Amino acid sequence: MTEQAALKSTALTDLHISLGAKMVPFAGYNMPVLYDNLMQEHNTVRNAVGVFDVSHMGEVFVTGPAAGDLVEWITSNDVSSLYDGRIQYSCMPNEQGGIVDDLLVYRYDAEKYLLVINASNIEKDLAWIHKQNEKFGATINNVSDEHSLLAVQGPKAAEVLQKLTDEDLSAIPYYHFKVGTMAGIEGVIISNTGYTGAGGFEIYTKNSDARKMWDAIFSAGADSGIKPIGLGARDTLRLEKGFCLYGNDINDTTSPIEAGLGWITKFNKPFVNWEYHKKIKDEKPTKKLVGFKLVDRGIPRQHYPVCDAQGAVIGEVTSGTMSPTLNEAIGMAYVPSALSAPGSEIYIEIRGKLLKGEVCKLPFF
Amino acid sequence: MNFPENLKYTKDHEWISVDGDVATIGITDFAQHELGDIVFVDIQTQGETLNQHDVFGTVEAVKTVSDLYMPISGEIMEVNAALENAPEDVNIDPYGKGWMVKVRMTQPDQVAGLMSAADYSSSVGA
Repeated sequence: MTEQAALKSTALTDLHISLGAKMVPFAGYNMPVLYDNLMQEHNTVRNAVGVFDVSHMGEVFVTGPAAGDLVEWITSNDVSSLYDGRIQYSCMPNEQGGIVDDLLVYRYDAEKYLLVINASNIEKDLAWIHKQNEKFGATINNVSDEHSLLAVQGPKAAEVLQKLTDEDLSAIPYYHFKVGTMAGIEGVIISNTGYTGAGGFEIYTKNSDARKMWDAIFSAGADSGIKPIGLGARDTLRLEKGFCLYGNDINDTTSPIEAGLGWITKFNKPFVNWEYHKKIKDEKPTKKLVGFKLVDRGIPRQHYPVCDAQGAVIGEVTSGTMSPTLNEAIGMAYVPSALSAPGSEIYIEIRGKLLKGEVCKLPFF
Repeated sequence: MNFPENLKYTKDHEWISVDGDVATIGITDFAQHELGDIVFVDIQTQGETLNQHDVFGTVEAVKTVSDLYMPISGEIMEVNAALENAPEDVNIDPYGKGWMVKVRMTQPDQVAGLMSAADYSSSVGA
């Protein structure tokens, strides 16, 4: 079988191809990386509204009397602080000091949670969650293959979507959700979340309703300059905001404390391997994930070495790009804590040359 | 897609224009389109004598990095300095303002082995 034939499709893959998208394999799915022009797509989301098909993302329901206890144990953030309709960014630590995955936790009620996980990790996460669940006995239901997800992002996203629903979108604050009717489709999850920092909503439907939802959103957004946006711009948008990408900036070996995710790592409750991360926090991490800009001309890319002024390798770039919004070369990297303060001078080795960079605050923009 | 008849082409998507023993080199309309928005052209080989197929520089788009290969052997006489501040010229005018280097050829007979516009066009399916 060819690689192409082995790839999974979303409910909208044929539509993307008909729109002329450049398709690439991503996390086992045939996904649109670009429709026309990355910079234009990036700017459409920053300035107006764009739509991403991110149906490859995984959705797992955890239900039953033990649901809350299981989710509390497997995730680092404080699940007890959630209330019905509230969403939380979190991560699942492993037992080796790293991260199984980062995720969103949706609380429907005290006995029903939705976990939204990375497509590339669905099988790994499920195996992990089932293993941890042996001592809890919650009900775990992977609905990833039945659900589509459209991320409608940008400053005009809310006004476009408001035309399609009687739900008052202004009454759904950031990191809150509601299940309601949109575009005549019942049972839609309307989630005030996203991965762009541009504002907007993420809309979950059944696969069979995905095309109808897509068409309705594009009709409603026609006057607002709505456009389909590929995964390429999704990456530049998230990096400008300093959002971590699993597999780049965090992985099975990185601690959330080192990754700057202390804000989602709460020690008011036990969770998998919490003692280890508490110790890192108390003793201060020896390395930290930082944002940096290149001062010299060049563009940092994943895996480029980070060096000190003497040329000794001290870390590695985890993500890098030219920022379309800032027109500056930006990146994230793990560096020794002594060099993690904004203003610290670091060097990136690019094609055998050391180029000067400066640690800066996140987000970049 | 535009592939001028008076130029020669390589499978690595460079074009070359010959005037006496001096060649002007850039990347093709197909290449700039595939790369997308070009944000940095990095050529540090001025004054060097390079062989055919050697890397003479790098072109970076937002998401990708591509090496630039010598279509022929020769000395890099001049680099298009305007691209430092206007790398988008490679997208806008790949055969004009987007030229990259001028080379004094050491083996001009290599030009005869390069592709014609028609051959290159069919090789990229354009």
